[in-house]
Amino acid sequence: MLTARYIADDKLMPWLLSLAETRQVLAPVRQGGQTLFAPLDADSQLDLEGLADASAKAALLPRCETLLEFHYSKGEGVPSRTELEVRETLPDRDAFLFGARPCDAKGFTVFDRVYDGGSRRDIYYCTRRDKTIVAALACTDPADTCFCNRVGGGPGDTDGSDILFTPVEGGYVIEPVTERGEAFLAEQPLVEAEGRLEEARQVRKDVAESMPGGDPLGGAQGEVLRLFDDQEFWGGVAAKCLSCGACSYLCPTCYCFNMTDEINGDDGVRVRTWDNCMSFQFTLEGSGHNPRNGKAQRMRNRIGHKFSYYPELHDGNLACVGCGRCIVHCPVSMDVRAIVAQARDRALAKQEHAND
Amino acid sequence: MTSTDASNLYLPDMGTIQEVIEETANIKTFRITLNNPDAMRNFRFEPGQVGQLSVFGVGESTFVINSTPTRMDYLQFSVMRVGELTEKLHKLRPGDQVGVRAPLGNSFPYKEMRGKDIVFVGGGIGMAPLRTLLLYMLDNRDDYGKITLLYGARSPFDMAFSYELPDWLEREDMTTELTVDNGTPDWPHHVGLIPNVLKEMAPSAENAFAVTCGPPIMIKFTIEALHTLGFKDEQIITTLEKRMKCGVGICGRCNIGTKYVCKDGPVFTNKQLKELPNEL
Repeated sequence: MLTARYIADDKLMPWLLSLAETRQVLAPVRQGGQTLFAPLDADSQLDLEGLADASAKAALLPRCETLLEFHYSKGEGVPSRTELEVRETLPDRDAFLFGARPCDAKGFTVFDRVYDGGSRRDIYYCTRRDKTIVAALACTDPADTCFCNRVGGGPGDTDGSDILFTPVEGGYVIEPVTERGEAFLAEQPLVEAEGRLEEARQVRKDVAESMPGGDPLGGAQGEVLRLFDDQEFWGGVAAKCLSCGACSYLCPTCYCFNMTDEINGDDGVRVRTWDNCMSFQFTLEGSGHNPRNGKAQRMRNRIGHKFSYYPELHDGNLACVGCGRCIVHCPVSMDVRAIVAQARDRALAKQEHAND
Repeated sequence: MTSTDASNLYLPDMGTIQEVIEETANIKTFRITLNNPDAMRNFRFEPGQVGQLSVFGVGESTFVINSTPTRMDYLQFSVMRVGELTEKLHKLRPGDQVGVRAPLGNSFPYKEMRGKDIVFVGGGIGMAPLRTLLLYMLDNRDDYGKITLLYGARSPFDMAFSYELPDWLEREDMTTELTVDNGTPDWPHHVGLIPNVLKEMAPSAENAFAVTCGPPIMIKFTIEALHTLGFKDEQIITTLEKRMKCGVGICGRCNIGTKYVCKDGPVFTNKQLKELPNEL
């Protein structure tokens, strides 16, 4: 394995800008009062303090992407006949995602199991995944809404990353995680870390130990499912939810999407956009029937998917990485940690009652 | 020209509408062939599987392929006009181009059903998925026992596949009963709700499977009637409808707990349905 590299604080931005000459560099930058992952240029204000407001998922699953282009034309020789040409528009740009937090990077592993699942390989996501180097930045100052340590992660984890940056005095220690991360670093004009690896490890260890504990939120598949028909519970949990969907749009693991056509004259595109299971329309059928017509059912699906259905289908892996953005940005301050804990308590209480 | 990268889940095959059949005031049937002769020749599906039909500029919707794999001259889809996409589909004519992503989903357990008596109970457009299995079985008649069909609609004018009904009524190797909620003076068949007619017909549950599809309320009472007749949940098969987009279990729209109707369905036995969380 390639030895660790080091970059000084004042060399970071010039290095990223030099990378941006040959590939898209996505990094957390200040934009309109928020910190968001966006293409980096010389005017960008890089913000590496804390967690970006939105997750980095758009790097691999854009908010809106064109899947197909189509064009209608008059049939040659048969004007009454309409010809239709359809072509796919696959991603073709190399990218470097810098400053994703370990939770963001781990979110990609949640996507990988679904979008790169053997026979159903989503070529748009997979191409972008193949063309993007994910460089995570270890956390040094977790917020009190962070709970990666309760969902099987940690502030210095490398799941889903190709490269890990760890802040140390004066700069960053850079370690390859995957072979392609190593190959990428080998081509970069970066100096060797020269014995600072231990310092980076210590930083990560200290931060991990500084995070408040709490019961793990995994392993509640059965409990969440047992509450499926408990309308009182889900109704209570969802009562103050506004169905705004901020939680799922900001979530690094929410991957549901919609596909719609847009047409202008003879030309059109089929686009894929993020969608949101908290929306009434998400499951509304043509007949008018809606299997999740209440907030309670939609909340149940969101929590159920993250903590029960997804783990059931994917070897116990949760579809939650503990970034806490859903807590930070919820307009009515809902807390997913509390909901899962309540669900577990309720299910256990019911179980005990049933055993009495 | 159309690019045909088979590895792209979302890229439809291009197809041409060969024939449009006006079934009822709001149901049309489309017979479609794929433009690429190899794709058409190599197309394989099993009874019960669905496909996504694209009207480019409007979008995609899921419909069952209601032709039978034993007759591959075209792929047939019957479409009730209920929304934007189906409205546009209904305006298409022979020669018009559509996209086809198919086959998707699971199929009727037609192999497991061999040697059994089969009772079909279809309501309205719910006859479409049954048709594919019925035709398949009629084309493999010796593999199956007694075949009984009960097909109902609101009125005689709402019965799809009317061009096939005389054959089904006359055939000696199947029993066909038709019913409508509201008859006309010259309607020679049953008038009454499907579950009630089914109870009158009283097909035997012994060594049998029942396959039912129709409006949810009809399915509910049909299953009750089948239970009364002695059918067990594992002998009752139905197909589910959900709003779907990707059709391959990714987009997250049609799940019921861990099951995705587009991928794990649309065909389920009533036993399987009872094991699912209650979110139909």
